[in-house]
Amino acid sequence: MTPFSLQRPTSIAAATAAFTGDAAWLAGGHTLIPAMKSRLRSVETLVDLSAIPGLDTIHRDGDRLVIGAMATHAAVAASPVVQAAIPGLAALAALIGDPQVRNRGTIGGSIANNDPAADYPAALLALDAIVETTHGTHAADAFFQGMFTTALDEGELVTSVSFRVPGVSSYAKHRHPASRYALAGVYVARFDDGVRVAVTGATTAVTRWPAAQAAITAGSTLPATLDSDDLATDIHASAEFRAHLAGVMLRQAVAALG
Amino acid sequence: MAANLTINGTPHAADVPDETLLVDWLRDDLGLTGTHIGCDTSQCGACNVLVDGTAVKACTLLVATLDGAAITTIEGLGTADALHPMQRAFRTHHALQCGFCTPGMVIAGVAIANTHGADVTVDTIRHELEGNLCRCTGYQNIVTAIAAGAQEMAK
Repeated sequence: MTPFSLQRPTSIAAATAAFTGDAAWLAGGHTLIPAMKSRLRSVETLVDLSAIPGLDTIHRDGDRLVIGAMATHAAVAASPVVQAAIPGLAALAALIGDPQVRNRGTIGGSIANNDPAADYPAALLALDAIVETTHGTHAADAFFQGMFTTALDEGELVTSVSFRVPGVSSYAKHRHPASRYALAGVYVARFDDGVRVAVTGATTAVTRWPAAQAAITAGSTLPATLDSDDLATDIHASAEFRAHLAGVMLRQAVAALG
Repeated sequence: MAANLTINGTPHAADVPDETLLVDWLRDDLGLTGTHIGCDTSQCGACNVLVDGTAVKACTLLVATLDGAAITTIEGLGTADALHPMQRAFRTHHALQCGFCTPGMVIAGVAIANTHGADVTVDTIRHELEGNLCRCTGYQNIVTAIAAGAQEMAK
């Protein structure tokens, strides 16, 4: 790794003050550190968030479930509060990466990175989430702005994510067998006032799936494939295969709603 | 940055460059070479250690972020004369061939037993072993050993 200076603030105010120049936030580090080790990324200042108390709390607030940005995937998966409020979200967290990765990786880090095959962004879109930051709030629909791109400004820090608790919801994912990222992942959430569906992995950026939402709402035949101009294609899966997988994952997620 | 850590029960003051990875510090500075570097990309689990009882990959942790943590490496589990029950189970069930992945497998096994208890199911063991790669042969005996080791740890 290219040498850098590490800061370990113990408050959000101190963290913001430490974020100067060519800097990056360090949450669980399980995307950033590998990127730095392979020299895809280098920084002058790394601001570690692990010493700030209170950033990893999980609680229910009315019709919302609020998860602190530093909550690990393992903590979300095992949380009785999450399991009771949104069991589909707990199940999603249990399928991210592997156990050791889940013990370190965080929800805030995942969504700030916005990998096009990450799992949490699909949950945020389908569960009508609000991202709380040091600068204000972002609706999930406006937060994710394309591959590895979000509404976050330089130095803006995610502090928590607030999910709208649905009636029922479910996530189905076809995992790449080595990386365990989604080749296609579909999150379906049914609320009293409508259905929200989001798809990750299949396209170049996480996106809502209006045709699937309409079909579930109407009780009509589900789309067999994902019709999109932005299908992803790489050595792991062609665009056609991903479009097909998205359709399969949609049917699995809908079937699991019960 | 300086950090105070407990390694296998012994306090250590680390005064290392900020970019120092835990696995490099353990191996190069402390001589604890049982923690292996396999893929070096947080895939294979050969570098697994316990941080405050939780299994993590030491190739993807910065020492400077671990002030106050208690680390257990494979050297902290047992000795050649008094193996940890999970190490005994790996020997009994022939759960290794070349042995390169074994320290990480044993650490993962201990974490699985601590989390899921003596009666952990084979399905759970297989799911929880997704972060550990063995390139010699396969996982059947490793899974058998972890199930047996979990039973032994409870005795």
